[in-house]
Amino acid sequence: MAKTVTDDNAGLDQFESRGRKIFLVWLPLACFIFVLLFPFYWMAITAVKPNSQLTDYQNHSPFWVVGPTLQHIKYLLFETSYPGWLWNTLIVAVASTFLSLFASVFAAYAIERLRFRGARITGLLIFLAYLVPPSILFIPLSVIVFQMGIFDSKLALILTYPTFLIPFCTWLLMGYFRSIPYELEESALVDGATRWQILTKIVLPLAVPGLISAGIFAFTLSWNEFIYALTFISSSENKTIPVGVLTELVRGDVYEWGALMSGALLGSLPVVILYSFFVDYYVSSMTGAVKE
Amino acid sequence: MPPVPEKRASFWRRFTESRNGLGFLFMLPAAVFLLCFLTYPLGLGVWLGFTDARIGREGVWIGLENYIWLMDDPVFWLSVFNTLFYTTIASVLKFGLGLWLALLLNRHLPFKNLFRAIILLPWVVPTVLSALAFWWIFDSQFSIISWVLIKWGIISQPINFLGDPWTARWSVIAANVWRGIPFVAISLLAGLQTIPQSLNEAAAIDGATPWQRFTKVTLPLLTPIIAVVMTFSVLFTFTDFQLIYVLTRGGPVNATHLMATLSFQRAIPGGQLGEGAAIAVAMIPFLLAAILFSFFGLQRRKWQQGAD
Repeated sequence: MAKTVTDDNAGLDQFESRGRKIFLVWLPLACFIFVLLFPFYWMAITAVKPNSQLTDYQNHSPFWVVGPTLQHIKYLLFETSYPGWLWNTLIVAVASTFLSLFASVFAAYAIERLRFRGARITGLLIFLAYLVPPSILFIPLSVIVFQMGIFDSKLALILTYPTFLIPFCTWLLMGYFRSIPYELEESALVDGATRWQILTKIVLPLAVPGLISAGIFAFTLSWNEFIYALTFISSSENKTIPVGVLTELVRGDVYEWGALMSGALLGSLPVVILYSFFVDYYVSSMTGAVKE
Repeated sequence: MPPVPEKRASFWRRFTESRNGLGFLFMLPAAVFLLCFLTYPLGLGVWLGFTDARIGREGVWIGLENYIWLMDDPVFWLSVFNTLFYTTIASVLKFGLGLWLALLLNRHLPFKNLFRAIILLPWVVPTVLSALAFWWIFDSQFSIISWVLIKWGIISQPINFLGDPWTARWSVIAANVWRGIPFVAISLLAGLQTIPQSLNEAAAIDGATPWQRFTKVTLPLLTPIIAVVMTFSVLFTFTDFQLIYVLTRGGPVNATHLMATLSFQRAIPGGQLGEGAAIAVAMIPFLLAAILFSFFGLQRRKWQQGAD
């Protein structure tokens, strides 16, 4: 981290006085960070608060917890279907990510490097497909899923998530393939390599960072997906985390905030942990999709 | 010498070594998926909008009846208004605050990468789960915001965040902005980092004030990427579903129903697939406008770069 800071240019910032900088930079930045992080803090502190302190703001400061408890998490793990939902979400996310990556690698390579007739138009269509929102597809998709007989199964989600993952991954990988010099492929062709050998032995190894970016991003998108999972899944044992927490942990008028917040916290942890390991890949995939 | 391949194999080989043949083979998996689960449903959705399909019953063609029905439906028009209001206000706020945050982060700061990592968090966490946290923050009795404001003596009664039409609208906008700022900020930051420092320095030497440097140097160079980022942002805000579904389910009295939530409401719990599809189709013209805008934004960027 220190390295990237020292090697970029201080530019005009060095002429600014310290007081001015605190007022103009650090103060707003602190406000931004406070607002952006507060909901997570509130989620975490609620998850470990004993029920007696949850709504008792008179005797306990709401911002802190005395004698944190694991009762909500224990309740979640042993008395609800939560572990099952976690497992479902994982299976669906991993399967749809691999399916999408498989299809996207070939599509991106074909569009970007084989340059078959109509490649440009195909690239544009892929971009347009990325812009089709799930909110207008879920009704007809639910009809299709029902007709295929995979309603209320994990397969329904595994097959429908690639509709938004493939366009995204293809678009991202096209950008990566573009950055690999043509000369490498040409010299391999001259040496007698087939297209398949070029793809597997030269292009894919060089595009590994792109594959990681696309993969973790696709995983996160499928982990977070909600509207398809809400529409296509009805039985409790097939639900994913977002749907399960919302439809099964919210009952009646008495909200069990402790259990709800620990459900939200635990459900967020896997993607946050993945994110913390691959921050730069996330940033590059997010900005890459916009910049290309 | 390898044996002379038979005719079939040689055709296959010629096919896979030709641009178009191999291109076709490589496109096949993605194309099949997208045609089956994206293009076909899109067409089916448009068709469903012209039928009276219900859950468990094939629909028959009824022409524009769904749309005529919606024309007279005040709830539908309320949802159109809400969607436009929600999208406009949230996008403007996301853009303003996101750009501000990007400019802050573009400075020479220690721990810059750490800040960048923290700021993306709201965007990484599943929306439904962070929306649950907002639901708790917006609780009518035990809202932490109300508690702090009462403590400071600003208000005397807890705010009924999600119970009153206008506070509910502003509350869901606040939650949407919270979730959307990271995307805008980090994307714009990436754009800002492509602007050479020397341009700003040259302007400063020529006597430009910081405000002039921002409006005359930074902003024009950033315009193409702003166009793309904001199109994405507008598109995703316009079709938002999750946040509303968790926080209000369209209530109180339909005050926060967006077109997406209304379409779900009518189609899935209500069972009126045709009517729900019609509402979803009604979103398409707006989306097309945004996509065309994005297309010309991209073209302009290419033109500015002087690329092919």
